[in-house]
Amino acid sequence: MTATFDLWKFTKSVLFYALVVFIVVVSVFPFYYAILTSLKSGTDLFRITYWPTSFDLGNYASVLNQGSFPRNLLNSVFVSAVTVIGALFIAVTASFALSRVRFRGRGLLLMTILAVSMFPQMAVLAGLFEVIRALGIYNTPWALIFSYTIFTLPFTVWVLTTFMRELPVEIEEAAIVDGASPWVIITRVFLPLMWPALVTTGLLAFIAAWNEFLFALTFTSSNDTRTVPVAIALLSGGSQFEIPWGIIMAASVIVTVPLVVLVLIFQRKIVSGLTAGGVKG
Amino acid sequence: MASIELRNVRKAFGAVEVIKGVDLEVRKGEFMVFVGPSGCGKSTLLRLISGLEDITSGEMLFDGKVVNALAPSKRGIAMVFQSYALYPHMTVYENMAFGLTLEKGQSKEEIQRRVEKAADMLQIRQYLDRLPKQLSGGQRQRVAIGRAITRDPKVFLFDEPLSNLDAALRVATRIEIAKLHEEMNQVTMIYVTHDQVEAMTLADRICVLRDGLVEQVGSPMELYEHPNSVFVAGFIGSPKMNFISGEKAAAFNAETVGIRGEHIAIVPDNGTWSGTVIHTENLGADSYVYLEMGTEEPVVVRLDGANDYKSGDVVHIAPMEDKIHRFDGAGKPIR
Repeated sequence: MTATFDLWKFTKSVLFYALVVFIVVVSVFPFYYAILTSLKSGTDLFRITYWPTSFDLGNYASVLNQGSFPRNLLNSVFVSAVTVIGALFIAVTASFALSRVRFRGRGLLLMTILAVSMFPQMAVLAGLFEVIRALGIYNTPWALIFSYTIFTLPFTVWVLTTFMRELPVEIEEAAIVDGASPWVIITRVFLPLMWPALVTTGLLAFIAAWNEFLFALTFTSSNDTRTVPVAIALLSGGSQFEIPWGIIMAASVIVTVPLVVLVLIFQRKIVSGLTAGGVKG
Repeated sequence: MASIELRNVRKAFGAVEVIKGVDLEVRKGEFMVFVGPSGCGKSTLLRLISGLEDITSGEMLFDGKVVNALAPSKRGIAMVFQSYALYPHMTVYENMAFGLTLEKGQSKEEIQRRVEKAADMLQIRQYLDRLPKQLSGGQRQRVAIGRAITRDPKVFLFDEPLSNLDAALRVATRIEIAKLHEEMNQVTMIYVTHDQVEAMTLADRICVLRDGLVEQVGSPMELYEHPNSVFVAGFIGSPKMNFISGEKAAAFNAETVGIRGEHIAIVPDNGTWSGTVIHTENLGADSYVYLEMGTEEPVVVRLDGANDYKSGDVVHIAPMEDKIHRFDGAGKPIR
């Protein structure tokens, strides 16, 4: 009786860890293989190996010296950073109103915001293109910032509204009695308490903007205004029949590293229980 | 230093009227306590005075000036919340200084002087660098009071400030608030509580509220000795006043008679009434005997010192004639 019980328990834990290993391998393998490939050169590229066989940084050197890739990297940083800052600013002020100010149609407005995020990118591409042409920002970073902000806002507003609702009303009222204006309440009382939510949503918005491809392809036309996802896709080799896999992989790794670094930095900043002590308990 | 006057103040949330026409005057430098059962509108009334809620109709005057539309910070009030409501990310010093830093023309030295003065008053100077989460409940509440003092308000509002503290701390903090009132005798204080002991011990005058209306306003002793209704009589005083109706009350020419436990004596025989002991509580200094004698709730007799009555004993009791409260059918006193 006990033997079968132990066997069942053993099987369960084996299955559990097997599943964990499977998931990890499946999700990490593509990136691992990209790193592996980026360190190869010449015809080595087309020999399938699963362990590092050579260590050649030539691909990295050529991608960084080649054409406008460094410029594309800077574009990506600029576009993503401005998108995050802009979206967070609008979302924080909007969520204050949506969570704390009573007005007619608040629920409807929240639902509309959620509905906006349901449109597929393809559906709005043509319309957005016209808007961007009309605004005269076609083929500038602002076209991307504008469109990314539109697509990031519903998510950011929802998360921050939910989070702000959880903040104790008494703290806000104490600030009102202390003579604080809504702006002071947002910047000096709420923002410091919202760091975890800001970091999380900001990070997700950054990743979305950083990896976005379709808008970036459509709204830019010159090498100098492209962002890295498009630049990588358009990397070309010596002839039209050659696809420079080594360089593409090196570029992909370079592009992924900033994201990993950002996550690692901010992971420490996501401190839960920041409101502890302000109110009872 | 401000007198507050409410003229037919009403407050409705949607269709529900919470405050149903309150007329009240709070004098300069007075300690006024709003007391009543939960849901009677006492906290709402305080929030109307603070300006955190708008009045639906009626007038609110501070020193004779209408303040209906004035923002809380412009009314010269400071408020202490039940849940402390400290800013969690600021140190004690920053918490207390926050209001002052928002005022224009306050120098750093002046702010520091006022914060330190308030901190000394409440003996929290050694905690000024700490965050709220590093403090105990009692210390947090003192910081909240300190934050209010720092603003040098004309009116001090307390919204059930002691209800989150444990019993011992509650008594200690209550005494501190009483001391504070003595030291700041220029400041009008309004205090909301559902605990009639806090009301009796702290108040210059008590305002008993019931269902959004003022039931009675008066000094603690006035309310204790001359309650204006059965409701007030039952609410003020601990243990609760005993109410006896029916034939026994008819003997006193009243619908209901009320008599406090401390005004009943247990006599060997020939008492006015008699009853069976169902429970006794010995508290050392005094003791309570609960008697079953056909009333809705058992009659409580308060005795000095301990007693050794047992359940099932039949005892005779005699109320002090001059301490009997007689009420008519509408619950109003017969005098």
